[in-house]
Amino acid sequence: MATVLDLQGLTKHFGGVRAVDGIDLAVARGEIVGLIGPNGSGKSTIVNLICGLLPPTAGRVVFNGADISRLPPHARVTLGIARTFQNIRLFGQLMVWQNLWVAQNSGEQRNQNFLRRWFGGSNGAWEEINRTLEFFDLAHKRDELAANLAFGEQRRLEFARALAAKPVLLLLDEPAAGMNAEEVDQLDSQIRKLRQDGITVLLIEHHVELVMSVADRVAVLNFGQKIAEGTPAFVQADPAVREAYLGTAAVA
Amino acid sequence: MDFYLGLMQIIGVHTLLGLSAYCVLLTGQVSLAQAGFFAIGAYVAGMLTVLAQWPLVPALGASAVVAGVMACAVGFPALRVKGLMLVVATIAFGEAVRLFFFNFTYQVQAGNLKLGPHGAEGFRQIRYFPEHGWTTLDVMLFIWAVVALVMAGVWWLDRSRAGAVLRAVGEDELAAQSAGINITAVKVSAMTIGGVIAGIGGGIFAHYTTHIEHLQFGVVLATFAIAYPILGGLSNVFGTLLAVVFVQGFLIEGLRFMGDWRNLLFGGLIVLAMNARPRGLLDAGAVLALKRLIVPRKDGNGA
Repeated sequence: MATVLDLQGLTKHFGGVRAVDGIDLAVARGEIVGLIGPNGSGKSTIVNLICGLLPPTAGRVVFNGADISRLPPHARVTLGIARTFQNIRLFGQLMVWQNLWVAQNSGEQRNQNFLRRWFGGSNGAWEEINRTLEFFDLAHKRDELAANLAFGEQRRLEFARALAAKPVLLLLDEPAAGMNAEEVDQLDSQIRKLRQDGITVLLIEHHVELVMSVADRVAVLNFGQKIAEGTPAFVQADPAVREAYLGTAAVA
Repeated sequence: MDFYLGLMQIIGVHTLLGLSAYCVLLTGQVSLAQAGFFAIGAYVAGMLTVLAQWPLVPALGASAVVAGVMACAVGFPALRVKGLMLVVATIAFGEAVRLFFFNFTYQVQAGNLKLGPHGAEGFRQIRYFPEHGWTTLDVMLFIWAVVALVMAGVWWLDRSRAGAVLRAVGEDELAAQSAGINITAVKVSAMTIGGVIAGIGGGIFAHYTTHIEHLQFGVVLATFAIAYPILGGLSNVFGTLLAVVFVQGFLIEGLRFMGDWRNLLFGGLIVLAMNARPRGLLDAGAVLALKRLIVPRKDGNGA
């Protein structure tokens, strides 16, 4: 399988702190890779390095064979990298459907001529927006302000907005944070659905059950370094992982 | 009667000024450079009609282009800084423009008098309207035709995807970047549109006052420009219009009978208005209430 994302010796130092320290990680097309690790192990920093919000101290981010380490964030989105945020960041004073509308910056939407793209009506985008909202059970909230949604709905809307950018690779930064068991189940099936659509997912998550359930492969970080990588079962059995992250007690 | 026509002219021109700041404010940028673009528009249009004998409308077009180009050029460096730093940077630009016109002299002999900008004395004799026989009413109608056009344009922009993108950048730049929006391009575009509108407003201003000088384009004017959309709210363009009517019509002219107490009341009433309506005079709630008043409630439209 073709490699979509390839992190090569990726390093980020904040002053003397080695937040990310020489990470190598390859993600193949259509794969769901889980990235876990204790607080402060560098997970979110890796997401910010991949999507371009931070410049790396050393190392490279290679996407579909091209080095994108120096590209600005918006250019990476048009190449096909979308993300969600750990703390939800919606456009609160825009309506729910508008949150998706403004994110349509790649694929067919991008190839339209200038006037259609920026000033044309929402007709062309309409069907797709409705379909995505339907999938995330938000269709009935279409005309509400995003700020007025309940927490779970806001999480789903952020997920939907990331998909509106037509990603090849989706970075989910702790999507299950603050969700109840039922919502986590929904999230589980939504992520599985992404795989059917051929979207590659890098899942950063604290919710170990979710990661173990959906991920094909799991990488474990500790103090900015990768300490284990493999199938969920393999990683769970690794004594170093147990000690660093899961504690010495048995994992559920 | 002429008093009211004159007031309508002032309100019209200040609405253009407010709308220019409105466009920039949509992207979350507080710019105090709008008075600078307004000044550029005023001098360019005035010089074209007086010295080059251009008709008014092409002269306004030229002032829009020059002010827009300046805004675009200023936008790139200025918009790299944020918040208070941007305020300081744009004040600096506005003052630089003002001081440029303080020093700028370009006069030509016409018969027995000299025409053109003359440094600190300003630019007198911009007599396009009287020379072409426009009455105060004509001028007022012309100004409001332009205001209506610009308002319609900004309204349309606001409803388009471009408008939603401007607002998205204003809400959260990080999220906007991560949704694939080139925030530098968006902010510079908004600045350019604001510059174009301010340029048109300045061009008209020069012609109805007939005399412009650097002092008119100082920090006070820049503060007014940004105060209108803040006071009026960012729900839509009518908020800015409402704020201009409130400030120019009521606070400045309506309270004139109070003499020197007016200035005190002026500040107090603005504070009061902002406290009563923190999201602007015409906030989302007011817009909804007005909509319900005009269009009876439709069923099946959610809660």
